[in-house]
Amino acid sequence: MTTVEGGRDLGKGGAVEKAAIPIVEMVGITKRFPGVVANDGIDLAIRPGEIHVLLGENGAGKSTLIGLLSGLQQPDEGQIRVDGKAQKIASPRSALDLGIGTVFQHVMLVPSLTVVENLALGAPWWRSPDRFALAKRLREMNRSLGLSIDPDAVTGELSLGEQQQTEIVRALLRGSRVLILDESTSMLTPKGAEDLGGLMRRLAGRGLAVVFITHKLREAFAFADRISVLRLGRKVGEIAPDRLATLDEATMSAEVVRLMFGWAPDPAVVDEPFVESAAHLEVRKRRVLMDVTDLAIGNPDSPPSGISLDVAEGEILGIAGIDGNGQRELAETLAGQRPSLRGTVILDGVAIESFDVAARRRLGLRFVTDDRLAEGTVGSFSVANNLLLKQIGEAPFWRHGLDQPGTISAHARALVDAFDVRTPTVDTPLGRLSGGNIQKALLARELSGAAKVVIYAKPTHGLDVQNTVATRRRIRQAADRGVGTLLISTDLDELLELADRIAVMSRGRLVGVVANDNGARERVGALMVGAAS
Amino acid sequence: MDSLFTQAFLISLVLGAITAGVPLLLAGLGEQISEKAGVLNVGIEGMMLAGTYLGFLVAYKTGSIWLGFTGGGAGGLLVAALMALFCVRLGLNQIVIGIALTIGAEGLTALLHHFQFAQSYPRLPGVATWPIPVLAKIPVAGPALFDRPPVVYLAVALVFLLAGLYRFTNLGLNLKAAGDKPAALDAAGVDVIRTRTFAVLATGALAGLGGAFLSEVGAGLFIPFMTNGADFIGIVLAMLARGNPVYVLLGALLFGACLSMTTALQVAGVAIPTDVIQMLPFAAVMAVLVVFGRRASLPAALGIPYVRGAR
Amino acid sequence: MSADALNTTLDRRLPPWMRGTWLRPLLLSVGPVLATLVLCGALLLAFGVNPIDYYQAVLHRGLWSPSGIQETLTRMAPLLLLAASLTVAFRAGIWNLGGDGQFLLAAVIVAAAAPALSPLLPSWAVLVLCLMLATAIGALWSVAPALLRAYQGVNEIITTLMMTFLGASLANVLVKLVFLDPSTTVPQTRTLAVADRLPKLFGTRISGGLVIGLVAVLAVHFVMTRTAFGLKLRVVGANTRAAIHAGLPVPRLTLAVFAISAGLAGLSGAVEVLGVEGNVRADWNPAFSLTVVPLVFLARFNGFASILFVFLFSVLSIGGESAARLVGVPNFFTLVIVAVLLTLLALAEYVDHRHRERTRA
Repeated sequence: MTTVEGGRDLGKGGAVEKAAIPIVEMVGITKRFPGVVANDGIDLAIRPGEIHVLLGENGAGKSTLIGLLSGLQQPDEGQIRVDGKAQKIASPRSALDLGIGTVFQHVMLVPSLTVVENLALGAPWWRSPDRFALAKRLREMNRSLGLSIDPDAVTGELSLGEQQQTEIVRALLRGSRVLILDESTSMLTPKGAEDLGGLMRRLAGRGLAVVFITHKLREAFAFADRISVLRLGRKVGEIAPDRLATLDEATMSAEVVRLMFGWAPDPAVVDEPFVESAAHLEVRKRRVLMDVTDLAIGNPDSPPSGISLDVAEGEILGIAGIDGNGQRELAETLAGQRPSLRGTVILDGVAIESFDVAARRRLGLRFVTDDRLAEGTVGSFSVANNLLLKQIGEAPFWRHGLDQPGTISAHARALVDAFDVRTPTVDTPLGRLSGGNIQKALLARELSGAAKVVIYAKPTHGLDVQNTVATRRRIRQAADRGVGTLLISTDLDELLELADRIAVMSRGRLVGVVANDNGARERVGALMVGAAS
Repeated sequence: MDSLFTQAFLISLVLGAITAGVPLLLAGLGEQISEKAGVLNVGIEGMMLAGTYLGFLVAYKTGSIWLGFTGGGAGGLLVAALMALFCVRLGLNQIVIGIALTIGAEGLTALLHHFQFAQSYPRLPGVATWPIPVLAKIPVAGPALFDRPPVVYLAVALVFLLAGLYRFTNLGLNLKAAGDKPAALDAAGVDVIRTRTFAVLATGALAGLGGAFLSEVGAGLFIPFMTNGADFIGIVLAMLARGNPVYVLLGALLFGACLSMTTALQVAGVAIPTDVIQMLPFAAVMAVLVVFGRRASLPAALGIPYVRGAR
Repeated sequence: MSADALNTTLDRRLPPWMRGTWLRPLLLSVGPVLATLVLCGALLLAFGVNPIDYYQAVLHRGLWSPSGIQETLTRMAPLLLLAASLTVAFRAGIWNLGGDGQFLLAAVIVAAAAPALSPLLPSWAVLVLCLMLATAIGALWSVAPALLRAYQGVNEIITTLMMTFLGASLANVLVKLVFLDPSTTVPQTRTLAVADRLPKLFGTRISGGLVIGLVAVLAVHFVMTRTAFGLKLRVVGANTRAAIHAGLPVPRLTLAVFAISAGLAGLSGAVEVLGVEGNVRADWNPAFSLTVVPLVFLARFNGFASILFVFLFSVLSIGGESAARLVGVPNFFTLVIVAVLLTLLALAEYVDHRHRERTRA
């Protein structure tokens, strides 16, 4: 058991001590789904007092592994041992009974219940939830962990960070000895992620086994006592605490990247935009394609207002900021999906504030949404129809309102070829394709035809490395053809790679714009911090 | 107008409202449980009909009104078990199965009635009332409200029982979670399928009881198709009540009063066609919706079968 | 809760005995029908009736005999129009459960208008006018739910059910108080002369309404699958957020769906009155719309499959009515058969879906 307290840099938790006896051991775990081996002979030991980071790309098998540990799925082969005894984790209930608590990436709280009621969920049905006692215990937890969750708040009204804290507290109140955190920082602000890291450290300090799943290297290094790397369903490496303590960040980074991707990142791809940085200065002298002045949007929660920006021909204007600071509202308003309160939007000389989505699209304004499945596409419709989703009824694909199937398929085939969408046929329901191919189809729809200005919302969110690279290349190519680009992203590295200028959005306002040169990272960071505090 | 609001008129109005309202109340309370848990229970009329028939049959054969009510509840349970099997366990389309069960129960009960009672149309003796001491002596309101068959008291008690259950037990939380975010309930270690199965069965028992009330207390005999749309009123009541049983009670009394107004008006010597009066509650609800136009807040997962791991 | 969600989300579990591939075609097509016959046959035996006699009577009166098949085809007319009505709504994700109110109200008003107009205008003009009137009445009866849904987001299941109860009562009030035929003792509207009704087809007794019904179903099928308008409606039904993202005018499309769906339901009422009944009696309510709801679902909103299911249902109900008189099994038994058939068809679809999931993966 570890007794060392404090942050990683101070004490490294249990890292320096002798490894404790594992609470949970996975031995030779294999899980197959039709057509894929999601987990292939995985061995993993989870020890008390240790933050064990599971690193891997999307599709590396992390989610499946969590599913097995939390009782949502059963392994096809192999054994899960708890306290040295082989156990079958048949249901979420039995996982909880064994002391394994999981905080999923998507919050697993009932939004319509209060915090205390959510804490009570899962107790024997005939009992009465002891709201008073639970609230008391929650306040104690709040005190000892430095949290401030209101026991009587309706859960759906809390911030995502608070909801996650609630889930962690719930797992602790149930007596969890193992706490699994699945991509828990993906929805959090940098401050929220930092807080979560501190919380994990304190929990490990109390002797809890913490399993933290992520695909972000930086977080892994900041939080981990031990790192296991998954790739394509296999565990390809583990860095033990004693070794982790001695490695410097650069060496470790190189090693982990090699393990995660099986190849070293191509420096040419990473450096590409910087090669052209002289050209970027030229860009500023070109014609302005979109000019937004004092735009205000009627949204009571986070009302973006006073937004002014301009995008030139061939320019990529990045918009940085934490999710939920009004970026989505801004994008929707510019695309015509949401009414604006005041302000002007000029697209290539035409004032478009009062135009609807279709009219704006005809003038060359495009919007690539980040919600590819729930908003951007209709999964049950064919690829061909999805490629024309924003042009329904327009010639030459429809004449007198009637489908022209030949033209529709030909159009689809051309786009599928041009954008390398891997689909059996253009009549295949789009929902059957992989996430990367759905994104390609979306890009094909928005970049085809006479696109003048394209708004991207988190274009690489949830994509694997190859599709991320491919998507960024598309964005760059389109800009090189003269398309004005508004790139909204929460991934600063992406903005630094692609953008000519980076604007920072915070609480519904643009708090500053910086040119993307050598000091950009620091200045953007300063703007984000300054605006937040 | 003086003659209209005589004692006789008022008593028959309240009496009628209760007699017509109790089956609606039980149906609405039942439907509310299913909807809370995320099941749109269109099969409720089938459950009620099974209750009317079995309730009548058992009461008639045994001579015991209590066994009759038990039989009615069991009849509703039986149909509900099918609903739970098809729609909760197997995840079949809730509307198709709900309508199928309703049609099937209509046919089967009518058929059984035809072979057993079509010649005789037997009647049950009147149901004894339980006057509540003191209260029953109050003029006008006393006999109308506090000298009723015990089932009436039971139904009203159920309103508060259920309200308490929703508020003060984990079962109440489980039901709400199963309707609003079943995956969260599952992750908390509670079996969603079992919770929803329970909800559907409870609906069946309550609807069956309501049906039995219709045949044993309301009419004293079984008539094929006698539920006659009560199920849809139950569904509407449950949707409008937004999870609060007390609103179901108020709604059921409003509907019951309007449905029985004609009889009361006849007592008062005014002849207005039944249909005009029957339009009142529906018109009232529509008017409320038009004027206030509020967004109906139905459970997020209503009508969607739960599959573990499918988000 | 969209129709798509209801249709596609199914449980993954399945008893092992159902997994064999050879069972699939059997279970899907003939299986449910055969199983229904067997199950209901057993029930008939329990009631002391020879099932063979009963089925023979049903088939004879519903299908084989000239008069039977004519009656069956005539019965199909209003059901087909309702199938068209529901298909439009459900495909667009709108739960119009108010079809019966729209049907009845249109029926009553047409029943009152037709005899009143027939002395003034030629027969064909009366019919055309009445069909248009019925469509308008049906659509009118959906205005409140449509506006509430489109602009206030009020759940249309509640409002259309309310309006259907209101419509049924209003129809009765109209029959009893306003349009009462003074020459009869039974409360009913004046009867339209047989000569002035919808023309019969090719010298048979099949109502011309059948043609209207078939055209409506096929037209709806065509519009929904082959036109821009239909595709827009399907986008709204499948994913409202995608519809907004694509810039579709969702509220206006919602109003259009209500108007078309309710209009077709009203038309269905007119076809039944002008083609078959000739008048409307007090308390008449065949509740056709509610019966067609599951048929349309099982047809997966496909027009051709709808025609097939409506035909099957009509054979059963017409044959069942006659068999009741012939064999002494009351007409109610048809309801039992329909219920069992619906359940087994839904089960078969479930098995099929499971199977395709398995093979696709």
